[in-house]
Amino acid sequence: MAFDCAASVDVGSINPKVHKCKYAVRGESETYPQILEQQLQANPGSLPFDEVIYCSIGNPQALGQQPITFFREVLALCDHPSLLEKSETRNSFSSDSISRAQKILSYFPGKATGAYSHSQGVKGLRDAIAAGIEARDGFPASADDIFLTDGATPGVHCMMQLLIRSETDGILCPIPQYPLYSASITLHGGTLVPYYLDEATGWGLEISELKKQLEDARSKGISVKALVVINPGNPTGQILTEDNQQQIVEFCKKEGLVLLADEVYQENIYIDYKKFNSFKKIVRSTGYGKEDFPLVSYHSISKGYYGECGKRGGYMEVTGFSSSVREQIYKIASVNLCSNISGQILASLIMNTPKPGDASYESFAAERDGILKSLARRAKAMENAFNNLEGVTCNTAEASMFLFPKIHLPKKAIEAAIAAKKEPDAFYTLRLLESTGIVVVPGSGFGQVPGTYHFRCSILPQEDKIPAIISRLAAFHKLFMSQYRD
Amino acid sequence: MSFIKTPAVPIESINPKVKDCEYAVRGEILNYALRLQEELEKNPGSRPFDEIIYSNLGNPHALGQKPITFFRQVLALCEYPALLDTDDTHKFFSSDAISRAKKIRSTLTGKSTGAYSHSKGAKGLREMIADGIALRDGYPANPEDIFLTDGASAAVHMIMQLLIRSENDGILCPIPQYPLYSAAITLHGGTLVPYYLSEAKGWGLEVFELKGNLDLARENGISVKAIVVINPGNPTGQVLSESNQQEIVELCRKEGLVLLADEVYQDNVYVKDKNFISFKRIIKSVGYSDDEISLVSFQSISKGYYGECGKRGGYMELCGFSEDVKDQIYKVASVNLCSNTSGQILASLIMNPPKPGEESHKLFFAEKEAILSSLGRRAKALEDAFNSMEGVSCQKAEGAMYLFPLIKLPNKAIEAAKKVNMVPDAFYALRLLDATGLVLVPGSGFGQAPGTWHVRTTILPDESKIPAIVSRLKAFHESFMKEFQD
Repeated sequence: MAFDCAASVDVGSINPKVHKCKYAVRGESETYPQILEQQLQANPGSLPFDEVIYCSIGNPQALGQQPITFFREVLALCDHPSLLEKSETRNSFSSDSISRAQKILSYFPGKATGAYSHSQGVKGLRDAIAAGIEARDGFPASADDIFLTDGATPGVHCMMQLLIRSETDGILCPIPQYPLYSASITLHGGTLVPYYLDEATGWGLEISELKKQLEDARSKGISVKALVVINPGNPTGQILTEDNQQQIVEFCKKEGLVLLADEVYQENIYIDYKKFNSFKKIVRSTGYGKEDFPLVSYHSISKGYYGECGKRGGYMEVTGFSSSVREQIYKIASVNLCSNISGQILASLIMNTPKPGDASYESFAAERDGILKSLARRAKAMENAFNNLEGVTCNTAEASMFLFPKIHLPKKAIEAAIAAKKEPDAFYTLRLLESTGIVVVPGSGFGQVPGTYHFRCSILPQEDKIPAIISRLAAFHKLFMSQYRD
Repeated sequence: MSFIKTPAVPIESINPKVKDCEYAVRGEILNYALRLQEELEKNPGSRPFDEIIYSNLGNPHALGQKPITFFRQVLALCEYPALLDTDDTHKFFSSDAISRAKKIRSTLTGKSTGAYSHSKGAKGLREMIADGIALRDGYPANPEDIFLTDGASAAVHMIMQLLIRSENDGILCPIPQYPLYSAAITLHGGTLVPYYLSEAKGWGLEVFELKGNLDLARENGISVKAIVVINPGNPTGQVLSESNQQEIVELCRKEGLVLLADEVYQDNVYVKDKNFISFKRIIKSVGYSDDEISLVSFQSISKGYYGECGKRGGYMELCGFSEDVKDQIYKVASVNLCSNTSGQILASLIMNPPKPGEESHKLFFAEKEAILSSLGRRAKALEDAFNSMEGVSCQKAEGAMYLFPLIKLPNKAIEAAKKVNMVPDAFYALRLLDATGLVLVPGSGFGQAPGTWHVRTTILPDESKIPAIVSRLKAFHESFMKEFQD
């Protein structure tokens, strides 16, 4: 029997789910800009801009945001505890970072931060996170319910793997959504059941829409297992009202759905007329106890004011599952042994920050508030800028790190896009990149109401660059519209 | 209305692949050990031992091994760059650690460890790793073919997900094997095709055994996609001979199998008469071209003399894959954005350690040699101990971190095990734990020739503890054999 060795791994013979899966945030949104960057390096002045600016991804420290000093002090001390033994190096560290590092090190047998930990994460760190959750919500949290992961992403994959048996299992997802959800559902062989957020009402979530989509899916033989809610929203940036959250909870309870609550932007709030409420708090204040309501809450160290994307830290708080199902979740976690210790440490720090009176408190608070206030200003400046563009409307970024403006593309532009074999919004964003060096992600990568076009733009470039970005964007848009105006 | 509360997520409704998957290294015996630990802490003296020794997992730092000073200096400087600018920096950090940290930071996105890197890992770090591979093998390595991952485990999952379409796709695995492979194959819906290593021949790999199992699987309609080879072996500890490796490569080429080479123990070789040779080097030295054979080589920062398990770092190097398949792998990597930067940095350091003449080299070399020579001595001491026990024979640990002794269990013991519904080697391991506090993993967790029983122990407990461990082991075994003698 002869086997064609060269073709033993060709695109036709690999897992079709891998082939099918898409993730617009990287992919083309990065490879082409990287090529342009290389071109600029080789040939400065060869393009109509002198740098590529990545507004495509929520990656604050890539664009100049500084990490929180206290967090990095603690991390360095935990990585290299011999720094604590020398009085001169101790002088380079704040006293509370030293005591925090010593406390954290005491959770590790032999102070060994290089060892695999418990597969849910180090107990002492989980205790700290549980305490932080309790302080935030006013309802108890248990270290046993917490699973520390390399970013929130692996926790999402874990639940999709657990819940999805086949393509007849569906997961309700918001449209627009962060495309990790669509990618993960595809990779695990399930069916995405979309529910549309309402742009006209600030990306509101209507229960009637949820119900309609659920029933439609069920009528097609899909067994809908869970509901994904991203709050604050990505790419849409809205914060759900408490009423809306209560309706969602009741809906899940009635329909037997697991609630997967992506809450990674809980500390990126830019308005004062709404607050972030965790779904855990809503579920408990509605009266549902630990056994009554299956809920998975995701958090991450990558966002907020800390932006520690590269450290890959996060957790899921898992409540309302039977112990036999929990054992299965633990088993999946154990196959990969544990998440990385630096990420675990940072997760415990973000949920347990310096308090008034601590040596680092004032500088910590200044750094935190500085970043958050600046993010709020940048969000407003860019929102206003988009709303000033012809045919563009942009909802207020109440939260998160993105704006998701809608653009009315003229027919001529749409025809040009089709001729170029591109989605109309991808055609626009490509032209934007080539004229200005600004990288954004076409709305088609997140999902949108058919016939509408959007793009997602981060608010992360440093504040002093925002005016120039806005003026280049406006200039490009004017030119584009004059070229393609109906 | 039922009074019995049906959980919203009944165990029957979850993914059966999750239920089927097993990972004995952190399975039942560990759960029991953790309960014993709690008991000991509450009631010191309640057991015939005063500590639990976790010899179930290759986790060196947990058992007292210290991290390599140079590596942790570089890590600390990368995490908290303010340390680079103090008056005392040069007093407490070697000059080569300082320059290495500066170099590494310059390769990172945003010059920060806190930003998401390229999804394959920071380019500059991949270049350093490629240089290290080229130095090791004498053949060039391409940074574009290297994917940095959160430990080698994540890379194994990626490849299994890529290759397996359904249960008709098979992966050849050694028996005994490290049960990540069986777990990953189950989770991704494939079929494990076993090939037995020959214990009598020092756990040798017979190519006719491979071919026999390959042919049998094909006759049963299984499309065998790849073969896993663990070299040095886990749990078996053998180092393959060069000729054996050439035979394996030739078989893969002829039969169109992807060679998945788990080489995480490449820096753990204890015998003078054998060397680690990478499969990449074998392929290149025989002269096969890229379209003749596909290879994935896995390496990790968790093993060797560095033992940085908790930092979660590793990589896979791809050879002989087409661009479009590599694009698919890149796409899957991009969904999770990137691996953690501490792990990436450590991977670049282990492949590029201090060289003779550099300031840190003397200390580095002393630390490395001390660890490796101690591991060699511990391997021998434990091997001799097992071989002195009645009915026990133990192959030499030529490499890796484990011993896998064969235990001839008397019939009475086997019957006693059956009576309590336990696999005989699990029964033995549990009794051993109860009597000595030593946590070993039953051989059934790794696979073994039917009718044979083994246990896997690490060689990692601190050298000073080995004599006490040996005497407790011998005492237990003697009394066990007496209790169950035929």
